[in-house]
Amino acid sequence: MICTNISASSLHTSTMSDLFKSSSSAQPQDMLARKEAVMNSVRSELALANAQELINKTNEKCYLKCVTKPGTSLSSSEQTCLERCLGRYMDAFNICSRTYIARVSREREDAQV
Amino acid sequence: MSDKFDDATQKELQSFLEKEQAQARLHATIFNLTSVCWDKCITGTPSTRFSRGEESCLANCVERFLDTSLFMVQKIEEQRSLSGGS
Repeated sequence: MICTNISASSLHTSTMSDLFKSSSSAQPQDMLARKEAVMNSVRSELALANAQELINKTNEKCYLKCVTKPGTSLSSSEQTCLERCLGRYMDAFNICSRTYIARVSREREDAQV
Repeated sequence: MSDKFDDATQKELQSFLEKEQAQARLHATIFNLTSVCWDKCITGTPSTRFSRGEESCLANCVERFLDTSLFMVQKIEEQRSLSGGS
């Protein structure tokens, strides 16, 4: 569930300001459409924020790990390292996610008993 | 004011936003944990997959980080009650 948030597949760029413009004719149908528009906008804003977060973080972490002595261009071994690093960072995210969620639900169960 | 949402829609949007916010907070927490535990556990050059040691280190790292958080809260509470509690 969490992992789907970081996939960059659902990235539309719509601006929040578009949604809060007032429309002169407001029928129920129109309101329904605007509600959907607000929800979709929030979803895509969050997806975009998540993707940006992930890009910034992996850039920082993998640069530190893989490009230890910056040359005139990225060497092929640096590129291989970066590619693997990106994959492992996603793996690490998923492991942390799984562990954290398991822990939280375990503690919630304990609190209920 | 005909362009406003009706009460039911406003309620629906409110609970939608609360859900999304909770989701975002959860995501931010996990994101932060990943960053901390990556630095702790992944010391070598990344290979095509994690070693068993790295995998269990990440899981342990998350668990112990949360234990630490609870421990700190507990100790601070103790200190507060020792110092008079006023």
